Amino acid sequence: MNDDPNTPTYKPRILIAKPGLDGHDRGAKVIARALRDAGMEVIYTGLRQTPEMIVEAALQEDVDAIGLSILSGAHQTLMPRIMQLMRDYELSDVPVFLGGIIPEEDVSAMKALGVAGVFGPGSSIDEISSFVLGRIPVRE
Amino acid sequence: MQQVRDGGSLRSLARLITAVENSETSAATAVAGLYDCTGRAHVVGITGPPGAGKSSLVTVLAQELHGRGVRVAIVAVDPSSPFTGGALLGDRVRMRDLTGTGIFIRSMASRGRVGGLAKTTANVVKILDAYGFDLIMVETVGAGQAEIEIANTAHTTLVIEAPGMGDDVQSSKAGILEIADILVVNKADRPGARQTVKSLEMMLHMGPAGGTRHHGRVVETPAIMAQKAVDERAWQVPVKETVAIENKGIAPLVDAIRAHYDHLHATGQWQARERARSRRELDGLLRDRFMAQFEQAVPSVEREAIITAVAERQMDPYTAVGQLWRKVQGEKLSEK
Repeated sequence: MNDDPNTPTYKPRILIAKPGLDGHDRGAKVIARALRDAGMEVIYTGLRQTPEMIVEAALQEDVDAIGLSILSGAHQTLMPRIMQLMRDYELSDVPVFLGGIIPEEDVSAMKALGVAGVFGPGSSIDEISSFVLGRIPVRE
Repeated sequence: MQQVRDGGSLRSLARLITAVENSETSAATAVAGLYDCTGRAHVVGITGPPGAGKSSLVTVLAQELHGRGVRVAIVAVDPSSPFTGGALLGDRVRMRDLTGTGIFIRSMASRGRVGGLAKTTANVVKILDAYGFDLIMVETVGAGQAEIEIANTAHTTLVIEAPGMGDDVQSSKAGILEIADILVVNKADRPGARQTVKSLEMMLHMGPAGGTRHHGRVVETPAIMAQKAVDERAWQVPVKETVAIENKGIAPLVDAIRAHYDHLHATGQWQARERARSRRELDGLLRDRFMAQFEQAVPSVEREAIITAVAERQMDPYTAVGQLWRKVQGEKLSEK
């Protein structure tokens, strides 16, 4: 047993959530399952999560990273709110990655908000999984 | 850790839980530092088969308790993969309505334990207790017939059943139903709910308190069961019907949980359960220590060689353990 996320015995805890109102949760479920199969502990919260639900869950579950899936086109509204709440809850050190349908021209805006990575359709599972593992902050 | 005693930041609470989950050393330090603040919370276990409605029921129970001014925390355990060690913890899907209430929810993976809880669940409960929650609900992995570890952790155990899960022989089988302080038939609006309630009541009626009835005559109850009934001073296990998603039957169920809490205190059972729990906890920790000592004393090459010998039928398991044990003893002698 070990505290150190860089050793194989530590199980990274990842929150997977779908903010907003679209009901297309297949992508989120595929990612949740893939990260599970990569040996991580995935906290899956499901559909129609408010920014408050997501950030509160991240706080209580002490996650190492947060993955969000948005296909509604509401990312320009939802993401600023979520990133603001992350700062309010002093969770800015927890990386947030984004999937779903994010138009190319919005990616830089998302990154400017502090989103660590954006994965659109066609991204490979391995790519996402190693990205997540690579971004997990080291715990004291 | 000081921050976690009697309140403090939620982040420090969440971080301490992670540390305790992952490191035996952190657990020892945390428990030593907080133990005098524990023992106050009412620990309520929720168990039952997958799909019976445990998470939905936990959600509405938490809301009802919260409405009565009780500070609630929830620990929800889901299974880890035996192959990758990963887990998909999905209990929060049903608990969305608890956001913003101050109810603290923590998901845990079972990490290879088979009793329905993770090895560290009891320590996580201690931390939440020390933080100041009044009532901690522990939701087990979906349980079948033998996952009864929750009864060693909780003061009050709820076993949740749903209609249509088998005939009434199922309810007479030993195991999970025996640990219930309160039986709940959830989805009570479904066909067959009355039947399920009836067969559970029948099972209780045949239990130690009443003696077994056969053709109207009371058949003698085995002494050990009768003693158990006396010890418990006749807590009558109620069968409660609920429809969690419609919030039906929830207030009476919370009343039953409170009544069991009062009963435990009034009869001295609270102390008795705490003592039994402490005994098991010390036994478990000692066993871990012995194993650690053994692993240190006998190099893994030697252990592997003996395992091979047993697998290939060159040595029987009892002789093998005898040999291994002598090695541990030899180690101790040479220390002197």
